[in-house]
Amino acid sequence: MRQSATGGAPDPVGVPRQISKSLTFGEGGLVASLVLLAFASLTVASGAETAAYAFHAWLTVLASLAAVFVIISHHVERPAALPAREVDGRPNYNFGPVKFATVAAMFWGIAGFLVGVIIAFQLAFPALNFDLPWTAFGRLRPLHTSAVIFAFGGNVLIGTSFYVVQRTCHARLAGYLAPWFVVLGYNFFILIAGTGYLLGITQGKEYAEPEWYADLWLTVVWVTYLLVFLGTIWRRREPHIYVANWFYLAFIVTIAVLHLGNNASVPVSIYSPKSYIVWSGVQDAMVQWWYGHNAVGFFLTAGFLAIMYYFIPKRAERPVYSYRLSIVHFWALIFIYIWAGPHHLHYTALPDWAQTLGMTFSIILWMPSWGGMINGLMTLSGAWDKLRTDPVLRMLVVSVAFYGMSTFEGPLMSVKAVNSLSHYTDWTIGHVHSGALGWVAYISFGAIYCLVPWLWNKRELYSLKLVNWHFWISTLGIVFYISAMWVAGILQGLMWRAYTSLGFLEYSFIETVEAMHPFYVIRAIGGVLFLIGALIMAFNLWMTVRSPSAEPAVSLARNPAFLPAE
Amino acid sequence: MNETYRALAEFAQTWGLLYFVALFACVLAYALSPRRRHEFEEAARLPLSED
Repeated sequence: MRQSATGGAPDPVGVPRQISKSLTFGEGGLVASLVLLAFASLTVASGAETAAYAFHAWLTVLASLAAVFVIISHHVERPAALPAREVDGRPNYNFGPVKFATVAAMFWGIAGFLVGVIIAFQLAFPALNFDLPWTAFGRLRPLHTSAVIFAFGGNVLIGTSFYVVQRTCHARLAGYLAPWFVVLGYNFFILIAGTGYLLGITQGKEYAEPEWYADLWLTVVWVTYLLVFLGTIWRRREPHIYVANWFYLAFIVTIAVLHLGNNASVPVSIYSPKSYIVWSGVQDAMVQWWYGHNAVGFFLTAGFLAIMYYFIPKRAERPVYSYRLSIVHFWALIFIYIWAGPHHLHYTALPDWAQTLGMTFSIILWMPSWGGMINGLMTLSGAWDKLRTDPVLRMLVVSVAFYGMSTFEGPLMSVKAVNSLSHYTDWTIGHVHSGALGWVAYISFGAIYCLVPWLWNKRELYSLKLVNWHFWISTLGIVFYISAMWVAGILQGLMWRAYTSLGFLEYSFIETVEAMHPFYVIRAIGGVLFLIGALIMAFNLWMTVRSPSAEPAVSLARNPAFLPAE
Repeated sequence: MNETYRALAEFAQTWGLLYFVALFACVLAYALSPRRRHEFEEAARLPLSED
């Protein structure tokens, strides 16, 4: 597409041919689509039923016009030939979008952790809701979950996937504008979603709150993401498709399917942000938790396992412990995870057999989860001493340990008898955060600590000592958080089911709320520690980027003398 | 309604089970086949062998 539009293929050895500059198909198509989008949004803005929706329409007008301006001015300034795929026989990697996603991940991460701390304090001290709709817990809570999962986690996944697929395929990222469209379009979706929550626009589905128009936009971005990823694999120079790319691909494809299934809704009109889902009653609940649990399984697990399979071998300078296990791990994980959703609906109107099915598959998940954990940890065999000296590797490895712990706890909680105690209590919140803070955030931090010096061509991080501080402060924060929530949750569950000798409930609901107060304060302090750790990280990365560039370093891995003997 | 449920459950409990076991056997055969030993040992080093 790109070649035919420029009138000639970029020369393989990288010397651009003399060709006249013309608009590529991508540039022209994108400008035309964005102009149409701007007009459509202008129409919507003129008749929008709510002020919040009109604000989103205006935001879309501005963003699409700004994008048109950037594309055209970039076209005017760029050389006639598009960047070559290879320079001097080596792939001419495209790291610009990766850099943007990395910076965006840090920004959204800190914003999301901060909102988390605020809502943790709101639960302990309700006066902090300020009696304003925009600062109420009900609006800030989805802002927190979306900011950390989709904004922080999503940017980490997009950034690392664009990095890993290029490096392991030995090929430049497919597309010229497409990777930028994915990264910027995704962050625009985040902006629409987040401001929507604050202004009261939500479809009320947990982890799928954005309304129909944001969902449509995300669909376009996500399909482009899939095409860029597949296109890069298609042009690979390395015949084998590395296992991390399989995990990334499963993440991208499954999220697309889940997103479409759970957002099959019909808007009231194009002038209204409100839409209605086509599923009804318990079927809607089932689809919602099929989506919800697989968002955990494929967004927060498969995608981050891809990070594990690339960054841990890379940082430890050891091959994957067992590549065969990684293949079994992959297929077992994706085939089993998809069935586990019904365990979110134990003791509801969902048919009993479906609940049992969800529970059974959750328990079978122990095997692939622990298989994967063992594979990640054992990759360190022969390099265990590095845990002592390299805090980045320690962060990566501790994240895998947390992965093992929370994937042990999850199936346990999916057992109906346990769930009857744990469900609707803070135990669930504790479980989610041992996975989210311990596994997802730590593997992301480790990956970003690796990526920043590579992307900005620095020899090392500004300070490993600060990484060490980050590690210990936030680990303490996680321990505060999850142990407070374990105690709170079990206490809460036991209080809810306590009866007097006469058969009355022993505690009124407000008594169970009061009993939570000390644990909510401890949890909030844990959150503050985690946030401090992330701020230390941001400072460290900023100083790393500002430090003088390194000479192109000779990687140890490339030097055969350092390769371990088999 | 009950009939549909029974038929579906029976199908899932027999053919569904066999299908998954067969699929898993294929994955194991692919992953453990001695013919691919060399390929997979090389692949395990892929992150380390970049240019």
